[in-house]
Amino acid sequence: MEWETVIGLEIHTQLATRSKIFSGAATAYGAAPNTQACAVDLGLPGVLPVLNKAVVEMAIRFGLAIEAQIAPLSVFARKNYFYPDLPKGYQISQYELPIVGLGRITIELEDGHSKVIGITRAHLEEDAGKSLHEDYHGMTGIDLNRAGTPLLEIVSEPDLRSPAEAVAYMKKIHALVRYLEISDGNMQEGSFRCDANVSVRPKGSHEFGTRTELKNINSFRFVEKAIEYEVERQIEILESGGAVVQETRLFDPDKGETRPMRSKEEAMDYRYFPDPDLLPVEITPEMIEKVRAEMPELPDAKRQRFMADHGLSEYDAGILTASRELADYFEAVARVAGDAKLAANWVMGELTGYLNRENLEIDQAKVSAERLGGLLKRILDNTISGKIAKEVFEAMWAGEGDADEIIERRGLKQITDTSALEAMVDEVIAANPKQVEQFRAGKEKVLGFFVGQIMKATQGKANPAQVNQLLREKLKGN
Amino acid sequence: MSLDKHEVERIAHLARLEIDPAAVPEYARNLSNILDLVDQLDAADTEGVEPMAHPLEARQRLREDVVTETDQRERFQAIAPQVEDGLYLVPRVIE
Repeated sequence: MEWETVIGLEIHTQLATRSKIFSGAATAYGAAPNTQACAVDLGLPGVLPVLNKAVVEMAIRFGLAIEAQIAPLSVFARKNYFYPDLPKGYQISQYELPIVGLGRITIELEDGHSKVIGITRAHLEEDAGKSLHEDYHGMTGIDLNRAGTPLLEIVSEPDLRSPAEAVAYMKKIHALVRYLEISDGNMQEGSFRCDANVSVRPKGSHEFGTRTELKNINSFRFVEKAIEYEVERQIEILESGGAVVQETRLFDPDKGETRPMRSKEEAMDYRYFPDPDLLPVEITPEMIEKVRAEMPELPDAKRQRFMADHGLSEYDAGILTASRELADYFEAVARVAGDAKLAANWVMGELTGYLNRENLEIDQAKVSAERLGGLLKRILDNTISGKIAKEVFEAMWAGEGDADEIIERRGLKQITDTSALEAMVDEVIAANPKQVEQFRAGKEKVLGFFVGQIMKATQGKANPAQVNQLLREKLKGN
Repeated sequence: MSLDKHEVERIAHLARLEIDPAAVPEYARNLSNILDLVDQLDAADTEGVEPMAHPLEARQRLREDVVTETDQRERFQAIAPQVEDGLYLVPRVIE
């Protein structure tokens, strides 16, 4: 039988605020344990949560970016469960009236098609603390610095049909929250993680199969692997006549498999109810308009603009807008160089090659956008050829200075002096009568031989366009 | 609506309350009475009435995103049963 995979993702993204969602404690990462956990975060008696305005604005920003309805009235609810890293015995979350309603986002697939994925809702909640199970002689250590950190939980519709689509969607949301500057999206630090709801059904069926929930996946690769494994597991069960059990499972990256969570780790019934400590949040049209006015350019709009203004192909524009950092880098290079096409080629070619080789992100590039732009300027004004430019780039990457310094120091300046080039062309022609004959007999390819000879003689410094032109004239004329 | 013994025990477990087994029938009766009252309320015609999330006719005030709390770990941990390396220690929660 042919099976169809149905996936929905719940993405938790940490909002990039200075202070917590309901208290004035700091949210900075990496502080000493419990130094950023105040009385509110600790759930001490007599405290009251007060909602952070920036959190609301960030949620609105996200809502606008996915064309969603922003709730005029939004309510916080208590999600009740007991765990030592949750001192109050409940997590403040949203249940019936989330701040962001139904929205959508378009993902691009590898075959070039795009697909619209529905986003059911996005709601605000507080994060829990961290439990450390080792090294405390049979006890568990609790660090509550993370308790009360604002999270936006983004829930997709069950619209995803393959692990690859799930990854494309997750990447798209990741790029979006970074574009919007509402989250740093740092997956190592847990600022961006997801749960996946996975089920399979016979192809053509309209009913959903029984789903399992895969918890706490914190990388794009793991989301793909976890879902792949889970789909296979479910199909195997169904094909051997069994039934999938609805349960929560954990992905083990070392073994590459999912396993059921122990029943103890599973909360059975959260008994949500509106939090009496917090009043309903009113979001006025004025607030929404204020946020809208401050919205940065979104990835899709940027891609369209790159195509229209810079004459880039859809593919190139897609790559260069994959992250805001890369797009900014490219635009800075293009601005300095004054040639967007050339800038795009170098950013996607040479620069990306070096980054990949050293496993670096764009913001760790050892050549700044200004310096790369400066290098390209020297190609455009014929100071150096594209080939020599690669040598200069390598030197810049190694920290030898900017393009002009390296060109000067290494004597890489292109030979554009026509009389000097002419003399060389004459010499090469005189020394190779056989090849001259071949060219004149119509063997165009021999031209490359002559160019090569001159490049060799000048260590690549001759202006290729000029050499070509001179050779043609001389070979034909003589 | 009436709750049975198992439901009462489950509610107690979720709330981490230790209850005397002998008192369970009594709890079941009392809680069932509360649910009956809710059923009665439920019978009221609420057509066109906006659901109420909070009894106060007020809206949540928002605070600016500013760090106002300083580190008071020493004071908080002075009242904790056990601490080490700045962590609160609790009975182990996983096997």
